[in-house]
Amino acid sequence: MQTVMQQVSVAQPSRPAPSAVPAARVASAGARGDLIFGGLARMATAFVLLVLAGIALATLIGGWPAFARFGASFVARTAWDPVQRDFGALVPIYGTIVTAVLSMLLAVPIAFGIAIFLTEVAPRPLAGPISAAIELLAGIPSIIYGMWGLFVFVPFMADWVDPWLAASLGRLPVLGALFSGPPLGLGMLTAGIILGVMVVPFVAAVMRDVFTLVPSALRESAFALGATRWEVVWHVVLPYTRTAVVGGIFLGLGRALGETMAVTFVLGNAHDFNLSLLAPSTSIAAAIANEFTEADSATYLSALIALGFILFVVTFIVLVFAKLLLLRLARQAGR
Amino acid sequence: MKRFTTALAAVLAAATLAVGPVRAQQVTGAGSTFVYPVLAAWSDAYSKQTGVKINYQSIGSGGGIAQIKADTVTFGASDMPLEPARLAEAGLVQFPLVIGGVVPVVNLPGIEAGKIRLSGKLLADIFLGTVKTWNDPALAALNPGTALPALPISVVHRSDGSGTTFNFVDYLAKVSPDWRAKIGVGTSVSWPAGVGGKGNEGVAAYVQRLKGSIGYIEYAYVLQNKIPYAVLENAAGSFVAPSARSFQEAAASADWSKAQDFDLVMTNAPGAGAYPITATVFILMHRQPKEPAQTKQALDFFRWALGQGQEVAAKLDYVPLPPTLVAQIEAYWQASFH
Repeated sequence: MQTVMQQVSVAQPSRPAPSAVPAARVASAGARGDLIFGGLARMATAFVLLVLAGIALATLIGGWPAFARFGASFVARTAWDPVQRDFGALVPIYGTIVTAVLSMLLAVPIAFGIAIFLTEVAPRPLAGPISAAIELLAGIPSIIYGMWGLFVFVPFMADWVDPWLAASLGRLPVLGALFSGPPLGLGMLTAGIILGVMVVPFVAAVMRDVFTLVPSALRESAFALGATRWEVVWHVVLPYTRTAVVGGIFLGLGRALGETMAVTFVLGNAHDFNLSLLAPSTSIAAAIANEFTEADSATYLSALIALGFILFVVTFIVLVFAKLLLLRLARQAGR
Repeated sequence: MKRFTTALAAVLAAATLAVGPVRAQQVTGAGSTFVYPVLAAWSDAYSKQTGVKINYQSIGSGGGIAQIKADTVTFGASDMPLEPARLAEAGLVQFPLVIGGVVPVVNLPGIEAGKIRLSGKLLADIFLGTVKTWNDPALAALNPGTALPALPISVVHRSDGSGTTFNFVDYLAKVSPDWRAKIGVGTSVSWPAGVGGKGNEGVAAYVQRLKGSIGYIEYAYVLQNKIPYAVLENAAGSFVAPSARSFQEAAASADWSKAQDFDLVMTNAPGAGAYPITATVFILMHRQPKEPAQTKQALDFFRWALGQGQEVAAKLDYVPLPPTLVAQIEAYWQASFH
């Protein structure tokens, strides 16, 4: 690291004072600096790719016994029996995806509202402190969210929200299956809400940053044409920033998929398959965190590592999906 | 940047030192979380007397077994005994150290500690999910005169693998053929009902927060958290509350003399006043250790713990082993380490 700094500092000052040194020397020093800088940048990238490939490969190899034993149906089975050594990943996969989707349903509108408020509505002296508060929210460790969830939010859900949902939406013919069961307070809905609260600052921060990048000429022209504030946001700000906004949303989704501590406190850690959002479930990350240290058979351990690989694949699919969406948006914008 | 590098170097140097010659005065162990509070208290008192430090990592029984097999620690601690065949295979010896109990705890409005009675069969049915409400006729029959609420039963179990779970389900399997056939015994099982909390403290937190819940935790956590417990029917047919005396009675009524390498799970012990889910923490050590000096130091420590250390243990609500059992352990040490 020290040598990099020296190289950079040698190369840079030569530029503002070209007359002091012969031109050829400047070029060669600059070229050498560039070469080293490029090499280091390449190394940094290679390092990340190497780690990524290493993790994927290690989890695949570690999980291979489970995949070999249970076949492709591993991802579609609900069994999780350490005594009989019979494992399936459907419950954690379902729990992971449902809680992540719920969290995005909550977080995206709120984050959007915050970002619009900060960039379009709030008076300048107010925007600074609010921005700081949101960044502070992002810095709270997830275990705090988990404990707050268990001690404060779970009883609230159990006493008020769950019984109300079961009595109202739970009575509906098809939708009712999603809101049935005893009001434990623990479950996918609670976990989704907590995750949503955790993700809001991340998505909001990205949205706010990109909204401020919209050239004020564009914004002011729209206002000059008589557009309302909402029209400016919807027809000028969002189209200009949508790739970055989608990127921010998927960044939040990635975090929601992999969150462990907060989820394990409020999700219930139960390997029973249940459609209801009020029922306890488990997520991939929570199952690994709970069970890894005491996994006492090779199959059990391998099933948990296989879960890790599946989470990797799920996250990868989400990112690919995000990329495709961005490409489509770009093409539409081009038309 | 420079400060960071210096700090890193310091940390590295410290790490190198820690595995260096200092080790001679340090005995390392790993395993059961249940035994950790008493081991920490013992280690503190013992190092003040002798200068020997006991460094114990409470990583769970399964982890303890794995660590001692890998020979990275001087001793392992497990809430679940290993069979003599598995011990011989790994070249290990095994002996009990302290006694505790696994206690069913409940959250029922208006019902105090010890005011609800459960039989083993009924406890199994609740955890199987076949008895679903607190005013079930089977519960009412056992608890005449107690107004049981019409609440649904929420089962709380461990989400992580645990020796506590092992002792609890071992008892359920002994008293309920249904449990044995459908679920079986292990440090983690396929729970047919309920939610999972991580660790004793996780289960305690859930039980305290969910109305109508029932869970199982180690006795020490019952005392610390003051959670209402249920009274259990034992093998002799009497209802017994968890206490130091009922645990000791279970330990005394268990037939240790016939158990090779102390491979005995004390659940469902026959004594008249014996608590039915009494559990033991077992220590595992290598018969032919890589570093005999440390094993000797560890044995000195355990000898002290089983003698003078019992006073410290009693203060923390751990139950000392009965004297006859201590004598057997001494004889076992003589036979195992020459």
